[in-house]
Amino acid sequence: MPGQQLEPGISLANRYLIQEVIGVGGMGAVYRARDLHFPNVVKLVAVKEMINQARDPLVRSTIVRNFEREANLLATLDHPSIPRIYDYFSHNERSYLILEFINGKDLEAILNETYGFIPQEKIVYWTVELCDVLHYLHSHKPEPIIFRDMKPSNVMINQRDHVILIDFGIAKTFQAGQRGTMIGTEGYSPPEQYRGEAGHLADIYALGATIHHLLTKRDPRLEPPFSFGERPIIPINPSVSPEMEKVVFRSLQYNPQDRYSTALEMKDALLAVIKKTGMLPPEPAGSPAAVSAQQVIKPLWEFACEDEIRGSPAFSSGTVYVGSYDNNMYAVKSSNGDFLWKYPTDGGIVSKPVVYDGNIYFGSEDRRLHVINARLGQINWTYYTDGPVRSSPCIAESHVFIGSDDGNMHAVNTLSGRRAWQLDAGAPVRSTPMVEHEYVYFGTEAGELYCVDFSSKVRWRYKAKRAITSSPVVHKGNVYFTSMDATLYALDAKTGWVVWRYRLGKASISTPCIAEDTIFIGAADGKITAVDIRTGKDIWSFATEHQVTGSPAIYADSLYCGSVDGHLYCLEYRTGRLRWKFRTNGPITGTPIAVDGVVYIGSNDHRLYALSA
Amino acid sequence: MKRFIEKFRNEKIRNPKQPAYEEIPTRPIPRESSLTQQEPSPPQPEPPQLIVGCAQSAGKQRDHNEDALFTLTTTLVNDYNDITFGLYIVADGMGGHQHGEVASSIAIRTMASSIVRKLYTPLLSPKPNPPEESLLEIMQEGVQEAHRAITKQVPGGGTTLTAALILGNQMTIAHVGDSRAYLIENGSQIEALTRDHSLVNRLVELGQITTDEAAVHPQRNVLYRALGQGEPFDADINSIQMPESGYLLLCSDGLWSVVNESELQRLVKESSSPEEACQRMVEAANAAGGPDNISAILIRLPG
Repeated sequence: MPGQQLEPGISLANRYLIQEVIGVGGMGAVYRARDLHFPNVVKLVAVKEMINQARDPLVRSTIVRNFEREANLLATLDHPSIPRIYDYFSHNERSYLILEFINGKDLEAILNETYGFIPQEKIVYWTVELCDVLHYLHSHKPEPIIFRDMKPSNVMINQRDHVILIDFGIAKTFQAGQRGTMIGTEGYSPPEQYRGEAGHLADIYALGATIHHLLTKRDPRLEPPFSFGERPIIPINPSVSPEMEKVVFRSLQYNPQDRYSTALEMKDALLAVIKKTGMLPPEPAGSPAAVSAQQVIKPLWEFACEDEIRGSPAFSSGTVYVGSYDNNMYAVKSSNGDFLWKYPTDGGIVSKPVVYDGNIYFGSEDRRLHVINARLGQINWTYYTDGPVRSSPCIAESHVFIGSDDGNMHAVNTLSGRRAWQLDAGAPVRSTPMVEHEYVYFGTEAGELYCVDFSSKVRWRYKAKRAITSSPVVHKGNVYFTSMDATLYALDAKTGWVVWRYRLGKASISTPCIAEDTIFIGAADGKITAVDIRTGKDIWSFATEHQVTGSPAIYADSLYCGSVDGHLYCLEYRTGRLRWKFRTNGPITGTPIAVDGVVYIGSNDHRLYALSA
Repeated sequence: MKRFIEKFRNEKIRNPKQPAYEEIPTRPIPRESSLTQQEPSPPQPEPPQLIVGCAQSAGKQRDHNEDALFTLTTTLVNDYNDITFGLYIVADGMGGHQHGEVASSIAIRTMASSIVRKLYTPLLSPKPNPPEESLLEIMQEGVQEAHRAITKQVPGGGTTLTAALILGNQMTIAHVGDSRAYLIENGSQIEALTRDHSLVNRLVELGQITTDEAAVHPQRNVLYRALGQGEPFDADINSIQMPESGYLLLCSDGLWSVVNESELQRLVKESSSPEEACQRMVEAANAAGGPDNISAILIRLPG
C-alpha cells in the first residue's frame, strides 16, 4: 500500500471525520467517515482516497483525469444500485471522493464467509438487479457507459439485500510496454478486452464470470483465462439448476455475438429461471434424468447372507468371494449368484479376501488369518494373532502380510503358514498393507504410517495427527493414504517426505483409488473427490447423502462408489457427473469390484449385488 | 518362489548350526540380494549426483539484462542414505514495467532463501527431521514470499519465475509466466513440464489461433499471470518422480522462442557436458537474432 493511511479522528476539509478504514485498493484506502455538517444526526459517508505517487508527469495527470472522470460520471448517474456522490476534492498528492456510505458487504467477503454454497435463489435475485443496473448504464445518453470491472468485490449487498455497484474508477494505469501489460481484472474479463474492444457485451461476460464464481466458489483469477467452459457448474455445486447453468454459460460465450445481446435479455432469461424453478429449493443431488435412470437399474442378481456385509468382495475365475458378519466367507458364482460354498469362522469378517495360488486369504474377528481352498472352501491352514484381524492380506514374494488389532504387522510364509516375523507397531493395524519395491507400507490406529523392509526393519515412519485406517497405495514413487485427521497425504515412498497434502472436509478411512494421474477418495463428509496427483488440487467432488467409508473403483470410464446413504453411485470419472445410482436397503461401507462388465457390491442389508456396469 | 528357495538354501549354508529344517525362519528376500544377474548399465558417477551448467546473455537487441538465474546443487552422502538436493530458478523481469531486473532479482533471492531456510538447513541439522509442511506447500510459500516482496519493493513490477526443486527422487516445479521447464529424456524425447501463462498460449489452447499465428501475434508477450501482478495470486506447482535418467532444462523465452525444441534437444545430445550445452544453446539463440535476454540452466539427472 503506497503512502500512509489516514488515522481515525482526522478530519478532512474540516467536514469529514475519519472513523475507520473499510477497504484498501491499489492506489489508496476507502474510509468510513462522519459528515460534521450534520451535528445533530450521525450521517455517514464513504471517503475514497487516491494517492498519486507517479513520478512521470504524464502518468500523474492521467491518474488525476481518471479520478475526475469517475467523480463526474457518478454525478450524472441516478440509480438505486449506484452510490450517490456528494463531494470531490484534492489535497497535495491525495484526491478524495465523498460517496454514499453503504452499510453492507461486498460479494467477495460474503463468498469467503459462507460455508458451503450461497443459495441459488439469492444469487438469481442479485443477478437480476445487476442486469438492471447494467442496462441503465448501457442505455446512458449520449454515450453508453461500460462498467468494465464487474467482479464480486465491486458489488456490495446492503442490509436490505439489494445490490450496489461500487468502484467506477476506471483509473487503471496502463504502462505501455513490450511485455506484460495486464489488463482489467483478469479472470473476469472477456476475450475481446485483450484486443481493446470492450463494449457492453464485455459487461455481460464479466457478469457471467462473477455469477460463475459465486455459484462454484472457484476463483477465476486462479484459473487460465476464458476457461469457464472447463468448469461446468453442476458437478461442483449440484444444487444449481440446469436452467441457471445455461444462462451463465450463454453470457460467457467466447464470441460476443453469441452472448445475450443486452442486459435486459439476460434479465428475462433469469426471470424465466425463477419462474421455472419456482424458487423452490432445488432437488438435492442428482438430476431428474438420474432419478429416472435409477428406476431402470435392476441388479443382475443378488445374494443374501445372514448378516451385514461390511467389507469388500473379491473376484477370481468366475467366482465372487465375500465375507459377512454372520462369520462366513462365501463363494458365489459370478454369472448368476449361485451359492458355491461357505466357510465358517468364529467371528465377523470385514477383511477383503485375496485369491492367491488356488487359496483364499482373509482375516476374521476371531483373531485368525484363514487360508482356505478357493474351489472347495476347505481349510488349508490358519494363523493366530492376538487380536481381531480387520486388515486385509497383501501377498508378495511368497509371504502374506496382514495387520491385526494386536498391534502387529505379521509376515507369514505362504508355503508353511509360519510366521516370518511380526513387527510391533504400537497400535492396532486395520489398514491393509501394500508391498512395493521390497517395502511394506501400512498405517496404524495411532496415526503412524510405516515403511518397513522385508527384514522388518523400519525404513521410515510418518506421523499423521490421527488414525490411519485407510490403506496406503503406492503409485509412481509416491505413497497415498488418508487419515482421520481429514487429510489425503502424498508422501515420497522412499523417504517419507510429504510431497503434498489435500484437506478433506472430514475424517477419512477410505483408500485412494488411482487412474490417469487422478486420485479418487471418499470422506465422512459424504463427498467423493477427484484430486490431481501432480498438483494435489481437486478436480471435482460429488456429494452423497452420508459418509463415504469405502473406496471408489474405476471401470472403463466410470467410477463406482458406495455410500453409507445406501446407494452405489456410478459417476463419469473425468467430470464427476452422476450416471446412475442404485439403492440398497442398508449402508454400504465396502468397496465395489468391477469385472467383465459387471460391478459387485456388498451392503449392510446382508446382500451382495451384481449390477451391469 | 525360486528366489525364496535360493535364499532359503543360502541361509542354510551360512548357518550350518541351525537346528531342524522346519524351524528356520524365512523372510521375503530383497531383490538386490537375489542371485539373478542385473543387466549391465552405462557407467554412472558414484554417488548419484546432479551435474549442472548454466548460461546467460543479454541478447543482441537489448542493452540490459532483466533475466536472473539461480542454481544450488548439493550432495549429502552418509551411511544411511544419499540425499540429492538441487534448487534451480529462472526469472525473467517484465520489460516496460519499471525495474524488470529488480523484480527478477528479488524473485530468485526471496525464493531461494525461503527454500534453503525451510528445507535445506533442516537437512543439515544433527538430527534431521523432515519439515512439517509438504514440498508443495514449501514451494508455494516461497513463491508467495517472492510475490509479496516484489509487490512491496517494486510496486507494479513483475517477473516470470520457473523453479525446480529436486529432493531425493522428487522433482517439484513451481511456475508463473512464460519461462519454461523441459524434460529431455535420453536423446529421444523433449517434453515441456510447464504451461505458459501467456495470452497467446491460451488462445492456442482454445483453438482461436494457430501456433504459427501465436509466434507473430502482436500480443505474444502479454502474460495473464506474473509474479508481483494481481491478487489473489497462485502459481502452478506440481511434483513428479524424477525420471531414471535424462536432463531438466529451465530457460527464459529468449531461448525457446527462437530455438525450437528439436534443436534444443539436439544441442543437449551433442554436447559433452551441461555447461557446454548451455553455451551452445545461448549461442544458437543469439545466432537467430537474440531478440531478448537469454537464460538457460541444464541439469543432468542422476541414474
